[in-house]
Amino acid sequence: METPLVEFRDVTKRFGDKTVLDGITLKIYENQITTIIGKSGGGKSVLLKHIIGLLEPDSGVIMFQGKPLHAMKKSEWNEYRSQVSYLFQDNALFDSMTVFENIALPLRQTTNLRKKEIESRVMQRIADLELSEAADKYPSELSGGMQKRVALARALVTNPKIVLFDEPTTGQDPIRKNVILSMIAHYRRKFGFTAVLISHDIPDVYFISDRIILLWEGKVGFQGSYDQLAVLKHPLVDEFLRSLEGFRDELTGLLSKEVFRSRYASTLGPEPTVSAALFSVEFDRLEETLGSQAAVAVVSALGDYTNRYFSALGGFSARQSRNQILTIFPHTTAEEARKMVSGFGKKLEEEAIAGIQDLAHTKVGVNHCFEVFIWAGITEVSHGEEIKEIVEKAASKQEVVATHRCEFGGMA
Amino acid sequence: MGRRNPLTLFFYLAGRQTVRIVGNLGAILIFFITAFIKIFQRRQAVEIIQQIFYIGAKSSGIVTLVALFTGMVLGLQLFYTLIKFGSEGVLGTAIALSLVRELGPVLTAIMITARAGSAMAAEIGILRISEQIDALYTMRIDPTRFIVSPKIAASIISFPLLTAFFDLVGILGGYLTGVVLLGVNGGTYVYRVQSSLNISDVRGGFIKALVFGAIVSTICCYQGYFCHMRDGQHGAKAVSAATTSAVVLSCVMVLVADYVVTSFIM
Repeated sequence: METPLVEFRDVTKRFGDKTVLDGITLKIYENQITTIIGKSGGGKSVLLKHIIGLLEPDSGVIMFQGKPLHAMKKSEWNEYRSQVSYLFQDNALFDSMTVFENIALPLRQTTNLRKKEIESRVMQRIADLELSEAADKYPSELSGGMQKRVALARALVTNPKIVLFDEPTTGQDPIRKNVILSMIAHYRRKFGFTAVLISHDIPDVYFISDRIILLWEGKVGFQGSYDQLAVLKHPLVDEFLRSLEGFRDELTGLLSKEVFRSRYASTLGPEPTVSAALFSVEFDRLEETLGSQAAVAVVSALGDYTNRYFSALGGFSARQSRNQILTIFPHTTAEEARKMVSGFGKKLEEEAIAGIQDLAHTKVGVNHCFEVFIWAGITEVSHGEEIKEIVEKAASKQEVVATHRCEFGGMA
Repeated sequence: MGRRNPLTLFFYLAGRQTVRIVGNLGAILIFFITAFIKIFQRRQAVEIIQQIFYIGAKSSGIVTLVALFTGMVLGLQLFYTLIKFGSEGVLGTAIALSLVRELGPVLTAIMITARAGSAMAAEIGILRISEQIDALYTMRIDPTRFIVSPKIAASIISFPLLTAFFDLVGILGGYLTGVVLLGVNGGTYVYRVQSSLNISDVRGGFIKALVFGAIVSTICCYQGYFCHMRDGQHGAKAVSAATTSAVVLSCVMVLVADYVVTSFIM
């Protein structure tokens, strides 16, 4: 069995009379994104601060690669600390330093690198995180999203093995939240670190997480994958998760997965004729070409347009992953659904994705060409079929239904 | 706490308060020793020079102004006192000794406390409440070495220099009122200043300035650094309370230390 990168064994932490962590036992695996969810004041940040050593447990053991932190020699402890970075909720950037100086700070203070080497490493991170224009600015001159990127650049400049994100999306609008989460997923792939994050952004955070840990009443209520969480039967936890998710997906305006599931269940009569269409965009390629913000905006526009178009025709939709939207058409055959989707594709090309051009200008300029494909797979739904099965079936039948292609700044 | 008789309650509260004060003094002393040792670590020179600029050079304006008017007031007051005894000739002696031994170090310390000490406490307090001190820790940068040590080093260097500057400008202020305004002989004034000042007077003032520099910077940094641990005060309110405490406590401790040091060197 795989050895966890970080492991908590029966960790307890009290502040005065209040027990914040009550015998926590959990595992965090290498190269995964682990998300910690739970009620406010439930000890999530306290847990994160234990990993980096800002707090120490009253009892219990925290292990890194099987070695207890408290038993480490000074050199081992320093070595461990050099592999962990922390991204604070409010970024904790130094207001009196420029973006460059903020990012260079850990290298200048903790390494013996030459000035030129530090400069080259910092400029590399600045370029990676698209901050070139902001290098000489002060944090107060930047937007919230850019400050977050600066904090991320500072956290990544030392090439850490683990990055801890304390509520990285708090106070951001739905698009910005998704941009930050996409950014975390994107850079985790690019730099190969292990991410541990605290977030309340359900369902968005599920789409990027490999593992979810639910803190409940100071204990671990659940740890595992999203699919395992979805079938967890716990009335209080269900209520809490539903309260976080709400009735609508903030980003797209589509139904939340829970509401979608119950509407789908009520659609299935004794002999129903139900069809489904799965729409998707190539999110990763879009992110690579246009940047996170434009990629998220494309998903948002697609969701919004899908919602408006198919609601009028009796359909209902929900996001199934970061880039997939499933629409159910009650009392509709697959052939009828195909015609509806074909009409939708034409309208989508004419009305919705034309706006992508404006988004793209900010990133690639008018003289660069890029493409956006919207895919759709249509399938008939059998009685009692699970949503997951429908998604798999429809995904295997996907073909392009709408295209956006620019040539020398124009539309094809 | 249960019901206690007034005498027991008095001793209980007095004892608790004493333990708290002694505990705090011990914590401040440990804080100073820790920060002082880290002055001599690597990568400190640039930070210390920057802090000398903020604490020392930028305080020179206000120190000049206060020193000038202190010297001028001393010139006026002492002239009208000495003339009663027909001793206005020793005006230079009286002004020089008052300034070099006592007023120079004390007033300089109080002025720097007001200008730079309050800024130190507020700056460190804001770093604390905005988690920047925690951020330094997560980046493996020792917050005491990075933030506190340069300020203490700069204060220990700046205080004696500014005190010497204060003394010089104060003596000049006394000259302006005593000689230029009230007609004391200029040569006598300068001669009295030169002949009455011993090296022990200068050394005493210098020692006081060193001690005050250490006290003021340590108290101000300590108050800011631990502002998040103040009872019932959080965020901006904690920073504001820490700044107030830093200034008040520094001024009181300067006067207490002035007495202690004077009694040792006299």
